[in-house]
This record gives sequence, C-alpha cells and structure tokens, in this order.
Amino acid sequence: MANFETVEITTDILICGGGMAACGAAVEAAYWANKNGLKVTLVDKAAMDRSGAVAMGLSAINQYVDINSGNNTCEDYVNYVRNDLMGITREDLVYDIARHVDSTVHLFEKWGLPIWKDEKGNYVHEGRWQLMINGESYKVVVSEAAKNALTQQGGEYFERVFITEPLMDGGRIAGAVGFSTRENKFYVFKAKAVLAAMGGAVHVFKPRSAGEGLGRAWYPPWNSGSSLYFTLMAGAEQTCQEVRFIPVRFKDAYGPVGAWFLLFKSRATNAYGGEYMVERKDELEKWGSYGKVKPIPANLRNWLGMLDEFEGKGPIYMRTEEAIAKIADQFKDDPKEYKKKMKELEAEAWEDFLDMTISQAILWAGTNVQPEEKPSEIAAAEPYFIGSHSGASGAWVSGPKDLAPKEYFWGYEYMSTVKGLFCAGDASGASSHKFSSGSHAEGRAAGKAMVRFVLDNNTLPNVDAGQVAKLKEKILRPIDLFEKDGKVTSDPDINPEFMKPKMFMFRLQKLMDEYAGGVTAGFKTNKAKLERALQLIGWLKEDSEKLAASDLHELMRCHENIQRMYQAEAHVRTILFREETRWPGYYFRSDFPALDEANWKCFVNCAFKNGQWEMKKVPIISIL
Amino acid sequence: MPSYVIMEKCDGCKGQDKTACMYICPNDLMVLDKEKMKAWNRAPEMCWECYNCVKICPQQAMDVRGYADFVPMGASVVPLRGSEDIMWTVKFRSGMVKRFKFPIRTTPEGSAVPDGGYGEVTTDLASQCLYNEPAALRLDALPTIKK
Repeated sequence: MANFETVEITTDILICGGGMAACGAAVEAAYWANKNGLKVTLVDKAAMDRSGAVAMGLSAINQYVDINSGNNTCEDYVNYVRNDLMGITREDLVYDIARHVDSTVHLFEKWGLPIWKDEKGNYVHEGRWQLMINGESYKVVVSEAAKNALTQQGGEYFERVFITEPLMDGGRIAGAVGFSTRENKFYVFKAKAVLAAMGGAVHVFKPRSAGEGLGRAWYPPWNSGSSLYFTLMAGAEQTCQEVRFIPVRFKDAYGPVGAWFLLFKSRATNAYGGEYMVERKDELEKWGSYGKVKPIPANLRNWLGMLDEFEGKGPIYMRTEEAIAKIADQFKDDPKEYKKKMKELEAEAWEDFLDMTISQAILWAGTNVQPEEKPSEIAAAEPYFIGSHSGASGAWVSGPKDLAPKEYFWGYEYMSTVKGLFCAGDASGASSHKFSSGSHAEGRAAGKAMVRFVLDNNTLPNVDAGQVAKLKEKILRPIDLFEKDGKVTSDPDINPEFMKPKMFMFRLQKLMDEYAGGVTAGFKTNKAKLERALQLIGWLKEDSEKLAASDLHELMRCHENIQRMYQAEAHVRTILFREETRWPGYYFRSDFPALDEANWKCFVNCAFKNGQWEMKKVPIISIL
Repeated sequence: MPSYVIMEKCDGCKGQDKTACMYICPNDLMVLDKEKMKAWNRAPEMCWECYNCVKICPQQAMDVRGYADFVPMGASVVPLRGSEDIMWTVKFRSGMVKRFKFPIRTTPEGSAVPDGGYGEVTTDLASQCLYNEPAALRLDALPTIKK
C-alpha cells in the first residue's frame, strides 16, 4: 500500500466542510463548547476564505425575513417555500431557519459585509426576501468570524484535507477519515458528534459546455456530492433526492437573473417577442393549486420557458434594454438626473455579475453587450443537487422541539437518523430556500444542538482499528493501482487495467444526461430509461474499483466522482419510485405526465444499508 | 484557458512551499513548477473563473481568458482588490473600456468579532435561542408557534 502517514485527531465536535453552513456551526458551537470545556475542530477541502458555493462572492442575500419590520412573518416564509416546492417541504425546518436567519444577516453586517441601504438607512430589498449587497468578500468576512471563533475558543481548523468516509461505532457516528491533498497523509478524526456540511453536487449531469467551459457550471464544480455520500454511507436516511434544481440563467456563463427579474422588473420573451409567462398562462392550470400562487413556483416558470424552447420558439431573451429604459424613463424630464440614473443602473448591472459570476462579465464584454442597448439570452442550465436553493435534496433530519411534530423529532435539531451525525446547508433536505444566509443560520442552530448532544452523550465512541485500516486501504487504492499497472502502457491515462477519474466522470454524465433527463433529453425520462440508467450505473460502480490516480489531486478526483455516482443513483432510484410529474420544470416523467396529489403528496425517502437501497413514502405533516 | 499565469510576472512566490494561487484555489488547480519557478493551472476545464487566484496574486501575474468554447476572443476583465474596495477594468472585444469600483467590506481585515458585539444574550443550552439571540434578531423574543 502507498506510504501515507496516519494522523489522528481527537475532538468533541467535528465540522466537516468550510462553507456557509460550516462557518455558522463553527461560530455557535465554539461558544457553547468553550463554556462547557469541549473542543471543536473544522476540516475543509479547500481554504476557508474562498471555499464552498460562496467562494467567488454573491451580489445578494436571498433569505432575509425582516421580522422586525412587521412586514413578514416566519409563517409567510413557510407558505412561500411550500408552494415553490409544489407542497413538498418540512415546514418545521423552514420555519426554524426563517426565525434565525435575520440574526445571521445582522451578524454579517457587523462583521463587515456591506449591505445596500436606502436614504433612510433601511436595507435595500431586491425582492420581498432578498437584500442587495456588495458581496465580493462575503465568504472572506464570514470565514474570518468562524476562524476567529475557533481559534479564540480553543478549537482548530484544517485546510486541504478531503473527508471521504464516515467512521462508525455501530449505529453511532464516531468521526471521519480523509486525506491531505497536499502531502501523503491519511487523516483520522475521532469525534462525539459530527456535522456534515460539505455542499451539494455538480457535474453529475453533463454540462451544456463540454470544452474549457466544462467548469462553468452555475454551482461550483468542486461540490461533488460529499455530503450525500458521507451521510449515505453512515446509514442516514435521505429525502427529496428527486428534487434536483435547474436554474434558468443568462446562457452559457450562467450569470444571475434575480436582480433583472426582481429589482429591474425585466420581462423574458421568445424570438418572436412573445412572453411565455403571459401566453402560456393556461398551462399553469394543470399544476394544481401550485399553479395559482404568487410568486409562481420556480420550476413552473422554468416549464413555461421550456415549452417555448421545445416548440422551437427560442432563443429566450432577458429584455434588459427594455427594463433599463423603463426605469430611466422616470427621469426623462431631468437630463442631469437621467444621466446619473443610467450610470447607476449600469454599475448595478455589472456589479451583479462581477460580485458572483465574473465569467458573465467576460461573455458580455466578449460579445460587446451593453445591457441598456440589447437583450441577452437566458437558458435552463443542467441539473444540480442543492438542498439550500430551490432544490431540496439532503438528509432527513430532526426538527426543533417546539416546532416539529413528534414524527419529525428525535431529540436534537438537524441530527440525521444516525446518532450524533448532524447536517446543514446543502447536506440537509426538505428545507429549501435557505440560500447562503439560511445555511449559515441552520449551521448555527446545528452547532448549538451538537454541543447539547455531546453533553448528553459524553463518551468517545469506539473506533475499531480494523475499520480504520480497511478504510485507508480503500481510499488509497487508486494510488496503488496506478503504481502497479501505470507503467504497462506508454500513455498514463489509457490502460486496460484501470480508468482515470476524468473519463469516469464523463461516463456518469453521459448516462445521466441521456437516460435520467438531462439537457440533451429535454429534461424528460421514463421507467425504461431510468432502469437502463441503473444498469449503466451498476457497471460504473463495479468499475469504480478500478479508478487510478497518479497523484493526490487525481486521488481527490477519484473520490469526488465516486460521490457523484452515489448522488446519481440516489436520484435515479427516487425519480423512478415517484410515479408522477410534480416539478415539470426540473424533470418530466413522460410515462406519468401529471401531478398526482392523491398518491404522491408525500416525501420520498431512501437509505442505503448493507449494500441495499430502501425506498419509502413519508407523510407530510403541516405545522401551520 | 481560463485562469492563466503570465510568465514574465510570476516568481513562483519565491519558492515557498506553496504559492498564493495554490493556497487559495477552491478547486486545487494551481501547481508550482519548481524547476521553472512558475505556477500553472493543471485543469483549465475545471476552472470556475472565480478569480480568487487573480485577486490574491502578489505579482499580478494571473489573468483569465474567457472559456474558448463559447466566448469570442479579445475581452478582458481585470480586478484590483484592496482592503476596502475592488476596482474592475472591463475591456470589450470592440476595444471599449469600462471601469467600476465597489466596496468589499466595511471593517478592517481580521477584525470580525464572532458575537458581532451582541454579547452573550442567552446562556441556557436548552433554549431555542442561539447565544446572541434574541438581541441579534432585533426582537424581544424568538418567534415560535402554538402547537
């Protein structure tokens, strides 16, 4: 076996991940841990200042309930999320995140995040729930507070250590193992409670761009399904694994559309000037009560635009020129004010991209687009797995004591069905629309609950040395395989004995794209196609034993793609199980083309135990 | 490319064990060629164009060239990030240039106090309030529902 030193770290609380949820958990857990003589350790695959989905920055905070103003309540937020997810949501979790999120945003502001203010000193809203920010350094500021909390209160953090597998003591989590992506070291973290906050999954489906632009996914390419894999292997029940997210964004570079639709009130029209949201209004009637609510659910808005595309009415354009003209028109009688307003709008439009999707600014510059002069194309991206935005996939977790029905409560909020294993951000399911701020708030709530769990269960779980040795052998196998057979051929990537992670990823993406409703398939699938997908995943799984890595970077890629493969399988099995079409703008089951409230207004949960998948329906219990 | 290293400017961060770009890249793409003392992007097709390498490079030796499979050539978007603001220079394919300046933070680097100055407000571990709530919520009490 490859010669990797084993480094062992013992802690009370282990936070796996370094993104928004993990940083929230660090801030809250460090305080309670310090008070109670416990230690918190955080481990991140990258550098915390710029890790996770907010690594580039953001131009808006998408969840701020603004309870203090009296304009909105947590109940309003729950109603909005429930409708957007076509009725499938954990109201207790959405409510809990909503009631904590405002304090998270106030902390961000104190830490140094610039939030736009109007002349009265109130936050500038992009939409009802959204705030505009100067968010280039959003993650830097948030990670700074998390690092300060850890280091000032006896904790520590590791960067560039990639967590791959859970450590178990029977049914209880006992820690996590992984490896350094910088030196030949195998890490063993032993802990009493573990938080999985390692993001969602990208590159499970084939992206629209397959050359250099492969990496320009809407969600970052380093989110490889680590949370799903880790919690699944620990035995945790999963929920909403069918609820993928397909964002409609500026085409190719995937620049944000939120400011255009909400702040600038832009319309989207097809090649013939038709507005699908108006012309296809009747289609909404087919989707039950969800087609009648305002705002219209994201997936239904997607669906109406997709119908235009399917009928050959594309391209679809964001009418930026029209929106800007309309706003500036209010100042037409005052040339000085008009000029000033135009300049302001131009800067706002460009900042929207420069803060969070710089590629879109390059694309506009490369195609000589000035938004005030001409419209820009928008399009549906490939599917992603993301429990924090408008998808919902993630682990099934306990709700808080005062909100959760008894069926959804097992002692500690955000604890999965595995004792001691907590989840937050993209890792926890059925609590959509938490975005960056809600993920941080959820992390904080989970951080506190973890301390309570540890004080109630204050023994270090047993970690069998044999289990660790076996995991080390399994994790390093791709290096060993390359050592053994890599010199047999003249090309290190082409070898009859093994495959490299890049082609493995392409094989997964191709089968998901064609059989599980990717871009090429027009987001449509059916039973026969899904069964074929499972057969192809089966062979891929067998071949995952033959992944080879020539260095640490490739070793990381090997394990990332194994994680993606399990995310793919959880998704395919769940969309196969749910015999209806509920989110037509996310995926369409051609063999069950309609909503079926009588049989399918329920969660679909799954688990992977002893090599077998278990699927089940779980009732939805409303708390409002 | 998308992010690339300018040979003339890169000094390999003077041969320290890691360069600034290696340190920051969220996708572990940057590598130092120790013989040439130049960094390089080992997998441009996995680059998100997050610009963190460009922003952090002490020599301004990094830039981004738009994805060649869908961006026409000739444009550039160049940041200059300070401790309070970021300046952007956007050069269009047509040659037109636009400049923008945006604030990035309102506090000195490193100064973020974890409790945000709200202090310890709730000290009961059994409470649903987080430790600086309800004060940090700017409310008198944490919302809940009657079951």
